[in-house]
Amino acid sequence: MTAETGIGARVKRKEDQRFLTGTGRYVDDLPLARATYAYFLRSPHAHAKIKSIDVSAAKSMPGVVEIFTGKDIADAKVGGLICGWVVKDKHGEPHKSPPHPVMALDTVRYVGDTVAMVVANSHDEAKDAAEAIHVDYDVKPANVDLARAFDKGVPEVHAAEAPGNLIYDWEIGVKADVEAAFAKAAHVTKMDIVNNRLIPNAMEPRAAAAEYDKGTGNYTLWSTSQNPHVLRLILSAFVLGIPEHKLRVIAPDVGGGFGSKIFCYNEETMVCWASSRVGRPIKWTAERAESFMTDAHGRDHVTHAELALDKDHKFLALKVETIANMGAYLSTFSTAVPTYLYATLLAGQYTTPLIYANVKAALTHTAPVDAYRGAGRPEATFVIETIVSKAAAELKVDTAELRRKNFIPTEAFPYQTPVALQYDSGNYPPIIDEAIKIADYKGFEGRRAEAKSRGKLRGIGFSSYIEACGLGPSRVIGQLGGGVGQWESAQIKFNPTGNVQVLTGAHSHGQSHETTFAQLVSDKLGIPIETVEVVHGDTATTPFGMGSYGSRSLAVGGSAIMKAADKIIAKGKKIAAHLMEASVADVVFENGNFKVAGTDKNVPLGAAVFAAYVPHNYPLEELEPGMDENAFYDPSNFVYPAGTQICEVEIDPDTGVVEVVNHTAVDDFGNIINPMVVEGQVHGGIVQGVGQALLENAVYDKETGQLLSGSYMDYTMPRADDVPSFKLGNKITPCPHNPLGVKGCGEAGAIAAPAAVMNAVHDALAPLGVTHVPMPATPLSVWQTIQGAQRKAAE
Amino acid sequence: MYDFAYHRPKSVADAVALLKGKEEARPMSGGMTLIPTLKQRLARPSDIVDLGAIKELAGIKVEGNNVVIGGMTKHGDVATSADVKANIPALASLAGHIGDPAVRNRGTMGGSVANNDPAADYPAAVVALNATITTNTGKHTADDFFKGLFETALSEGELITSISFPKVEKAAYIKFPNPASRYAMVGVFVAKTAGGVRVAVTGAGPCVFRVKAMEDALAKNFTSAAIKDIKVPADDLNSDIHGSAEYRAHLVGVMARRAVDAANK
Repeated sequence: MTAETGIGARVKRKEDQRFLTGTGRYVDDLPLARATYAYFLRSPHAHAKIKSIDVSAAKSMPGVVEIFTGKDIADAKVGGLICGWVVKDKHGEPHKSPPHPVMALDTVRYVGDTVAMVVANSHDEAKDAAEAIHVDYDVKPANVDLARAFDKGVPEVHAAEAPGNLIYDWEIGVKADVEAAFAKAAHVTKMDIVNNRLIPNAMEPRAAAAEYDKGTGNYTLWSTSQNPHVLRLILSAFVLGIPEHKLRVIAPDVGGGFGSKIFCYNEETMVCWASSRVGRPIKWTAERAESFMTDAHGRDHVTHAELALDKDHKFLALKVETIANMGAYLSTFSTAVPTYLYATLLAGQYTTPLIYANVKAALTHTAPVDAYRGAGRPEATFVIETIVSKAAAELKVDTAELRRKNFIPTEAFPYQTPVALQYDSGNYPPIIDEAIKIADYKGFEGRRAEAKSRGKLRGIGFSSYIEACGLGPSRVIGQLGGGVGQWESAQIKFNPTGNVQVLTGAHSHGQSHETTFAQLVSDKLGIPIETVEVVHGDTATTPFGMGSYGSRSLAVGGSAIMKAADKIIAKGKKIAAHLMEASVADVVFENGNFKVAGTDKNVPLGAAVFAAYVPHNYPLEELEPGMDENAFYDPSNFVYPAGTQICEVEIDPDTGVVEVVNHTAVDDFGNIINPMVVEGQVHGGIVQGVGQALLENAVYDKETGQLLSGSYMDYTMPRADDVPSFKLGNKITPCPHNPLGVKGCGEAGAIAAPAAVMNAVHDALAPLGVTHVPMPATPLSVWQTIQGAQRKAAE
Repeated sequence: MYDFAYHRPKSVADAVALLKGKEEARPMSGGMTLIPTLKQRLARPSDIVDLGAIKELAGIKVEGNNVVIGGMTKHGDVATSADVKANIPALASLAGHIGDPAVRNRGTMGGSVANNDPAADYPAAVVALNATITTNTGKHTADDFFKGLFETALSEGELITSISFPKVEKAAYIKFPNPASRYAMVGVFVAKTAGGVRVAVTGAGPCVFRVKAMEDALAKNFTSAAIKDIKVPADDLNSDIHGSAEYRAHLVGVMARRAVDAANK
């Protein structure tokens, strides 16, 4: 359409009007007549046998409607929650698959494990009754320490199904080849790192509401889901057995997910199941403390890595050994995150010819761990980008130069990495050059000296990330064990009056689809953006789709919309040809008008649409009436955004406080639809990455298994004053295999930032002899590291 | 939140009568600690006696060499008071950095001091300035008032009516905030008044405490150099995921030096 609203325009977000005026409609806002309220009783122990549960006193409490325990669920033959990605170990055996009951039956395995569900007339009455439930626990030893998970004698989480806490021992690459390369290396850099565990903290806590219609036997479940169709599929096919057509799942406005709302959780399962037993609607909204305890957490790796370089500083080989925490149960996509979304990314932007990675997935008595913004890719980037910086420091060469020397050359694309992925496109040198320019890398030593005069230690850090997102094609994902397709759907449905609904299988929970997708359709069809309504989140109205995760919505969902728009144009051409009495082959579509080339004949799209719905002058014998087109798009490859971030920090050596004083990000996201939205995504991602690097840490007490960082009193969420204004840039190489030439931008900030920040911290502390600071680099952690270095220097 | 009876008396006498007459009654000033505690079901009072309508308890006045602040005076009012800013600027600055604007517009000095949270800011000011705490039944010196973790010299039915702070010659408060909660992990109030030099530390231990060695050194030479070698023992200090006792002990020294430097500016 016009330049103000088309592709490339900074269109203000359509959805902000309702979000900023408090008129969004979230699950908890639902007015449901005769609603009851659920409250879940949680285990206070990290590991215990349930000897008995006495609900008799609780059942007679005021307002109590019903109380369910694990036994009720088992008696009703409700299935367990599933893990949807089968990872085969290095012997070709599928991963261990311990049961994941919807409610604990005889054992609780982490603090927060669900023990009973109380349904009452009000939330407070449900909570009062839950306090009156008497559970007799036989408390057992627990292990929350990932590094110790496989040690002899460590308490087992699922002793029978996963002996020794091992879910899989997986590998990629040929170990012997990598060892041979190390044997002839001129230099080897080694590193032991912990990728800290994070708690997602979406602004809106998880919530569910369900209503059962006795007359039709239909269930409606409202859920804070990132992918309502997939949730329905899992609940129907594996857990509740409700036929898919008798279950409608609606994910209305959802206030953030970051991955944590991809998964099928027990609470929404219970709310749905119990709604027919109670005969009244049931509502549940997590309290913040429950979110901390029971949302799937992210990251949590312990890794040893080694990088071999030749005498010219070319990377010869990379060797990585990682233990990945799964928590106490396998969440929906947990197994894929530290394997296919992690180890396959270990080439980064480099030509490293040989890579071997061994990943062991471990059970611990902690909340399940699954995908969280970046999902595996931040962990991979952190390994690569910290070890490359460490190598540069050890070899005393410029950190940017070492990167540049090892970049995949621009002419080498498409580029086959040694870890399965084939990068479709990329052009890395101009990205780092631009970042260096924006960040004034040349002026850094001057700024370092100036900071020193103020008693501050200033450091600079690089992170040149690669991301693989918009997963696909489905065939490959299936070969790798993924349990679902990776296409996306779209439907463009014109109304007779000429406005249009765009139904997408993607889901927006902060990503601005209502704006970006409307821009696509407005631009492509030449219609005003105000006449385009993007509809998502309801299985009853939208075509089956995979939802939003892995930075896929535009690359895959947007491509489906383009395909549907092509069908609209193709049909419109036939109608217009009829109206203009011209040959279809002569009709062109330009700026919302069908024209016959070389003539002044013209049919606006609106006129073609009207003719399709009021087909009085219409080729009915050849063409169906109506203007309503569906498309499904299965990507032929992943998309590969890449970029470089440069972070500058200043450290107060007296207190250990790290301040991010400059942060630059230059990205290649392919073509950009709405730069403002993309910048917002990058900003948010960087803040989460800075959060991981400096602030956030999920900590369980090693003795008791209690979650010590269970509230904002102890879990450090990044705040606005923790980050500077970011400096952003773009270098665009369009994706060659999707119709929009777009890549993904949702996770990039969070993927790149932790390494950039930590490399800056290491650079700042290098003069003190420090080579490693554990992440997050909290004031305590930095101070202790400085103390350790000073003690060592004194020895 | 459990159910409770709510009262909003208009006088101290009525408040005290309510507090003494009920089994598990709790006074509430700003409620900035009590309400979250109730919401988390960590307290179950039978009655809440809201002191918010007792007009005599709020307000700031200068009496001779002292600034007298009513128990129900809000942090925001202390922070912006011309009398406080003119006579004890460090106290105004401290008040202006408690919590966030919402907390500063609800929370009160009396509530904070009576609660004696180990990470609260005001106790450091009260002790360092050797303030006098006046209640409906009498007076307490600062040194005798703070007894331990959430423990004070207040007896049942005793309410802080005002706190009297002497004008200062030099003073400053510097805190190191807990990265997550932003409560004081270590806060040091250094004050030089007609009565001498005092150094009070909050956040680091279970209760506010004075560092006599620093006070003696500063009395002779009020510069940060004078205390640079004074170490605070870590033995009785708090330790948690954000700060070990050793780290807190170290921070006491850093914050004290910075406070002295700030006071000398």
